Amino acid sequence: MIYAIFVIAALGAVMGTLLGIAAKYLAVAGNPLAGEIEALLPGSQCGQCGYPGCAPAAAAMAKGEAPVTLCPPGGRGLVAALAEKLGVNVDLCDVEEKQPLVAFVHEHLCVGCTKCFKRCPTDAILGGPKQIHAIFPDACTGCEKCFEVCPTECIEMRPMQATLQTWYWPEPARAA
Amino acid sequence: MKLKEHRLKLQAAPLLKQSMTTGQTMRDVLLALLPATLAGLWYFGLGALLVLIASIAGAMLTEWLFSPAESRMQRLSDNTALLTGLLLGLTLPPALPLWMAFIGGAASIGLGKLIWGGMGQNLFNPALVGRAFLLATFPIAMTTWSPQSGPTEFFQIYASNLAAPFMQSVYDGISAATPLGLMKFEQQSTGLWALVSGNTSGCIGETSGLLLLLGGLYLLLRRDLDWRIPAGILGTVALFSTTLYIVDSTHYPGPLFSVFSGGLLLGAIFMATDPVTSPLTPRGTWIFAVGIGVLVVLIRAYGGFPEGVMYAILLMNAATPLIDRYTQPRVFGKGIKNP
Amino acid sequence: MIKLFKIRGGVHPQDRKQLSANQAIENLPLPPLLHIPLQQHIGAPAEPLVRRGETVLKGALLARSQGAISAPVHAPTSGRIMGIGGFPAHHPSGLSVRTITLQPDGNDAWVDHLDPVADPFTLQPDDIARRVAEAGIVGMGGATFPAAVKLNLRNRYALHTLVINGAECEPYLTCDDRLMREQPDEVLDGVLILARGLGVERILFAIENNKPEAFAAMNSAAHAYSQVEVVGLPTRYPMGSEKHLVQTLTGRETPARGLTADIGIVVQNVATALAVHEALRHARPLISRVMTVSGGAIRQPRNIHVPLGTPLSSLIDFCGGFKQKPARLISGGPMMGQPVPSIRVPVVKGSNGLLALTEEEVRLRSEMPCIRCASCVHACPCGLLPLDMAAQIRVGSLDASVNLGLLDCIACGSCAYACPSHIPLVHYFNYAKGELAARQRAQHKQNETKRLIIIRKARMEALKQAKHEMMMKRKRELATAKQRNTETPSTEVGA
Repeated sequence: MIYAIFVIAALGAVMGTLLGIAAKYLAVAGNPLAGEIEALLPGSQCGQCGYPGCAPAAAAMAKGEAPVTLCPPGGRGLVAALAEKLGVNVDLCDVEEKQPLVAFVHEHLCVGCTKCFKRCPTDAILGGPKQIHAIFPDACTGCEKCFEVCPTECIEMRPMQATLQTWYWPEPARAA
Repeated sequence: MKLKEHRLKLQAAPLLKQSMTTGQTMRDVLLALLPATLAGLWYFGLGALLVLIASIAGAMLTEWLFSPAESRMQRLSDNTALLTGLLLGLTLPPALPLWMAFIGGAASIGLGKLIWGGMGQNLFNPALVGRAFLLATFPIAMTTWSPQSGPTEFFQIYASNLAAPFMQSVYDGISAATPLGLMKFEQQSTGLWALVSGNTSGCIGETSGLLLLLGGLYLLLRRDLDWRIPAGILGTVALFSTTLYIVDSTHYPGPLFSVFSGGLLLGAIFMATDPVTSPLTPRGTWIFAVGIGVLVVLIRAYGGFPEGVMYAILLMNAATPLIDRYTQPRVFGKGIKNP
Repeated sequence: MIKLFKIRGGVHPQDRKQLSANQAIENLPLPPLLHIPLQQHIGAPAEPLVRRGETVLKGALLARSQGAISAPVHAPTSGRIMGIGGFPAHHPSGLSVRTITLQPDGNDAWVDHLDPVADPFTLQPDDIARRVAEAGIVGMGGATFPAAVKLNLRNRYALHTLVINGAECEPYLTCDDRLMREQPDEVLDGVLILARGLGVERILFAIENNKPEAFAAMNSAAHAYSQVEVVGLPTRYPMGSEKHLVQTLTGRETPARGLTADIGIVVQNVATALAVHEALRHARPLISRVMTVSGGAIRQPRNIHVPLGTPLSSLIDFCGGFKQKPARLISGGPMMGQPVPSIRVPVVKGSNGLLALTEEEVRLRSEMPCIRCASCVHACPCGLLPLDMAAQIRVGSLDASVNLGLLDCIACGSCAYACPSHIPLVHYFNYAKGELAARQRAQHKQNETKRLIIIRKARMEALKQAKHEMMMKRKRELATAKQRNTETPSTEVGA
């Protein structure tokens, strides 16, 4: 009896010491997760997720307050990357892919006020004062910042067109 | 026909298909089992037929009960539940109480197939899961063998067949040991002709070696069967038992007896070849078959039971994912030496 | 006779070539309008050089190639350009693609500045490649990879053998068969020019054994050339897959995701060789091709010489129309061909067949669960596990399917052909490959976005800095001016 108590106590003491040492020497300062998540996010500070920018969104995600599916411009690829980083399981098939949108300028309405291109986070808008603006669809992230400020409402958010290069076979229908 | 615009469904190539279908394969297997089934009925009479019906009913009812309402008829018509029920019935003793056979059928489909996610998802052969379930639950009933009734007494069913559920079953008093039982416990061999023709006691469908081989031949010709599995199992059993026979011929039977006795042929031709629970590649299939053969002889020679086919197959079923993993074919162009 | 080597897997579909194999190649009358897409090849689309209303002669350059991997497009006949704009593409998506519409004037008059070469064998390989590129020749077996780019592989690889792919292992198709039977000398001439262009000494001309007439014709044509060996291949699908053809002939495996050039071999198609002959000997660009129109729903299956840009409906009319409603319309062969979205779409450089198959031929059946019967594993010529790959894709684990070898799949369709449960395995693989590519594009875009944002931030910072400095400068100037003002007033006041 006494022997057993002694063994258990000794085991507890040794393991407790080991844990203590580990806690001291293997400690990680701060939570690096938020920074890592922010690195994955697009960084356009578009605010479509409801947070004021990418850094607050990343912090919320690191704390588990926001879902990994919150970033519309990131699309499915980002969800997959975030899910892997955070070790959560997300069925990507269920992620409602928001149709990626790009801005389009109706040239007959544009007055060349330059308000939009000053706000564009990715310099996707081309133009100058008193010149009609145009948009590079390849650089546009669909953040809608320009859409909001246009005084003549000449900007339209259009779904991205599939081309022969980007089209691919849809997922096969499932058998019952 | 007038030329006009045709809007057709988007379907990826290839648009040609070979003619074989999964449903056809199931029908072929049922057909191949028919001779051995009829022989079983001939030898064991109406009682055996009732056992088969009870086990098939248990299987099909379970399938129906646990299928989504809209696909019930489709699931039943693919014949898999029928086949599982029949295979289980053929491995049962003819005098088994009918309610046990029914529960066995339900366990086959429920525990052997549905809880795994349905057709094609199960790890173990469903019929053998049902049989293992029965053997563990009702060990006495499952190992009480009745003598053959003979054609004159076809309509005489075994009294124990009609035992009420959960009651002590009544046995006729006459029981007959199987050839393997005789060999194991009394070192008494049975004649080869009796084994080949099926004129022995045993499970309903396992006795007639000749008719089982005939069914196997049919499946082979229809290309429904991976010949490597029966060949590997029977070859291994023959080889291994010959070795034991040479060492000690009083305790161990010779190769022909080993191959034709018990459920080996039924298991090797109809159970181990279940594609769902056997490996994918030829290499894996050989490993699987040899494994079963070795286990069968080991269990028969050194185990507590006289027969070991069921456990041998179930054990190798469990090993199948592992075998698949280590016998993946080499991908084209990988691992070649660059010139 | 050289020793042949075995390949793994493969299937034996009924070849049904007898429907059209004995039909001699016929010329299609010019249709009322030709729609010539600017993208009929892998790579960048061609850039148009003509305008609406312009008249062009047959063989005139309509659009020039753009970029390293591209091909020019020429006028299939003389006529007027009716417009340049979107038109449904010869593609399963049915999306529109930039297309030049040409109205033939019926004269079919060639451009007058044709510049044929009397003896192509005196040309340098570079000149041959240049002429092949200018003629707009692409791989005509269906892959449509620009042929000149393939010829230029000689600059980067040590090549020793040219393999001519006359296997035509797809069921129904007979256009290469007919070309070899009817124009063996022209085909062989093209082959020899290609060999010269590649700088290789050895030529293997491979024909499946189900085409004995073509074999005999090519064999007698090649008799005089010791460097050419005509080889009969066992009939098995996919014998015509480039890498498997090379393995059958030489026993050597092309490294995974590599090119046959990695082991010193280049493969070209029979029709491509004929196009090269036309381009070098007669200076004719690639403006027409031979197609097989066949299938159970076609009244009179035929092999037709078709100007590029012809609507598929003209071909069907020429073959007597449908004798029953087709269940499927396919461009190419039934194993790897693509569904045709509409019969308005035009013939392009890679179209080798148009098939209208009936219900009985395609055996439409509903899908059953996989029972792991391993038919697909035995059929796969690449040593993959199609059932496991499809199962992973079904649950959304695309990365797992890649680990199983998704990207080594050549989409030959043997697995889906063999599957008794009728699971659309290739459809799963097409979807997964496309989805992976889309994710890669999204990732790329995200990286670009980040780069742009960083640049913009830096610029904004610099602007702010500059503004700040400007302000400071102004302030300083103002301050000094004030100081001067405070110093000067006394004099002013005094004045």
